[in-house]
Amino acid sequence: MNARVLPYVLIAPVTLFLCVFFLYPFFLVAQQAFTTGNGFTMDNFREVVSYWKFPISLRNTFLLALAVVPVQLALSLLMATMVNNMKRGRDLVLYVWTIPLGISDLAAGIIWLAIFEQSGFLNSMLYGLGVVDQPASFLSYQNMTVVFIAIMLAEIWRATAIMLVIIVAGIGLIPKEYYEAAEVFGASPWKRFVKITLPLLRPSLQTALILRVVLAFEVFAVVAALGGSIFPVLMEQIYENQFNLQNGGTAAALALIVLAISISFTLVILRALRVPKGATI
Amino acid sequence: MAVIEIKNVAKRFGEYQALQDINLTIEDQEFMVLLGASGCGKSTLLRIICGLETATEGEVWIGGKRVDHLPPKDRGISMVFQNYAVFPHLTVFENIAFGLRMKKLPDDEVTRRVERTAGLMHIDQLLQRYSGELSGGQRQRVAVARALAMEPDVILMDEPLSNLDALLRMEMRAELKGVLAESNTTAIYVTHDQVEAMSMADRISVMHKGEIVQAASPIEVYRNPAAEFVAGFIGNPPMNFLPAAPAGSGQWHVAGQVIEGPQVDRALRFAVRPEDVRPAETGLTAVARIVEPLGAHLLVTCDIEGEMFRAVLDSDLAIRSGDKLILAPQPDRVRWFDPETTKAVA
Repeated sequence: MNARVLPYVLIAPVTLFLCVFFLYPFFLVAQQAFTTGNGFTMDNFREVVSYWKFPISLRNTFLLALAVVPVQLALSLLMATMVNNMKRGRDLVLYVWTIPLGISDLAAGIIWLAIFEQSGFLNSMLYGLGVVDQPASFLSYQNMTVVFIAIMLAEIWRATAIMLVIIVAGIGLIPKEYYEAAEVFGASPWKRFVKITLPLLRPSLQTALILRVVLAFEVFAVVAALGGSIFPVLMEQIYENQFNLQNGGTAAALALIVLAISISFTLVILRALRVPKGATI
Repeated sequence: MAVIEIKNVAKRFGEYQALQDINLTIEDQEFMVLLGASGCGKSTLLRIICGLETATEGEVWIGGKRVDHLPPKDRGISMVFQNYAVFPHLTVFENIAFGLRMKKLPDDEVTRRVERTAGLMHIDQLLQRYSGELSGGQRQRVAVARALAMEPDVILMDEPLSNLDALLRMEMRAELKGVLAESNTTAIYVTHDQVEAMSMADRISVMHKGEIVQAASPIEVYRNPAAEFVAGFIGNPPMNFLPAAPAGSGQWHVAGQVIEGPQVDRALRFAVRPEDVRPAETGLTAVARIVEPLGAHLLVTCDIEGEMFRAVLDSDLAIRSGDKLILAPQPDRVRWFDPETTKAVA
């Protein structure tokens, strides 16, 4: 076959797949968001934004992302450094740490619900130890802080490993000689981490952060299991609009808002962690 | 002032004995080359001196201070790595400044030292570039400049030229020697390249299987190898060996000839360098097998009583494969080795 045509033929199946299952649905959603019965309109957006739960769910989603992602970043860097310095049992530890990745987010939410609910493990333990006279209701609207912390814990437990695996792979790619050179030239372990590991890890950090931040804005099942309707988030509002209110237009508008947030954060992360021009990492 | 003393250093990796019984004193401002084949322990020794590796036994002293328990930064050393280890995310300037910044030197001092060493290594035009925009030779210069900028007592180099092409290597060899001589530092230089070792060193330590076989000046190592290993390792082509049987009172039978040698009463090995034999009326009888014209010389690989023997002869001699030659060894260049201990016998 003609060498000029061949590459296009080879990428054609993937392109077709992406068009049919990603681009086309995306345009459908966009169309749904920007139309009602009578042509182009911003009514759907106006409606979802003016709904009283929108600011709350937006704030909750951001707060959660803000509370969870930095902790996960720090944790995954720490865990990756530990794993990388292990001489034996490295793979085993890595496997164990990534187990939560294999559990669906709803199941993860239910696991943590089993801990925190009124008849859950935590209450049984506290009651058994005589710390409380009667089981407390942690996950109620009177205890919003506890609800928030429970969701945070569940999210951290569930989704740190996705960053961990990317960062472990990234750290593994940094040649040992850079660390030795840094050590000889007087860098302490902390300085080596800050001056060598972090800058050389930028491409991996970009990937890990983008993936994690995007997922953080899509948080749903864990929140639904632990917080239910007392802790509304954006995804939960989409579900509400689509299935309970049977309004595809407003659901689509919300979905586009989430998409816009994700894209902006992606751009911010790409910009913040860019590799200086000319440097090859 | 930095004399380096290595006392009874040994290093084991599990069962593997990488170094044993290393004793070496390197004088102030001396250029010492550790020479040996790969796996001989030369890099391990360098890493122990530098502090990236800990000796299983023994002591390392630098400038009259015991340093083997100190981290690298407190040993007054700096190092040039084999793959340069020029940080890819920093500019050339920041690479050279790295150690100075770690020492928290004031900015103007950092700039002064970076510019001075960059000038010395002829990379002052490249200070704002990144490592990825440099050639191998330029990266090498950055690595050396970074080490020099520390103004160390001792500079350690681990095969610094091995990744350069032949021409550049020759150029850098001379340049590096000049720069180091001017910097008044003690230098330890690891290489497997004997030409590099011969041309740069004040003294060469030839290493083999985790031991220092001989530590002496380049000429001494070449002329008077302390052991068969050194004789066979140094020189290209290496020294020739032939079995010798005692003929009594310091006379030896070598390939049917009687040659004067040491007064011992056990079998020895006769050795002579390929360039130290001449065609003559009497001498060792050889049959030429392969003749390689090298311009100025002919390298003739011959056969003496079943042993391989190389001779470097004048290229005007018309020698062809199969010719019979009589080769006379230059008497003052003949050396003798004990086949039991492989050590030289005087």
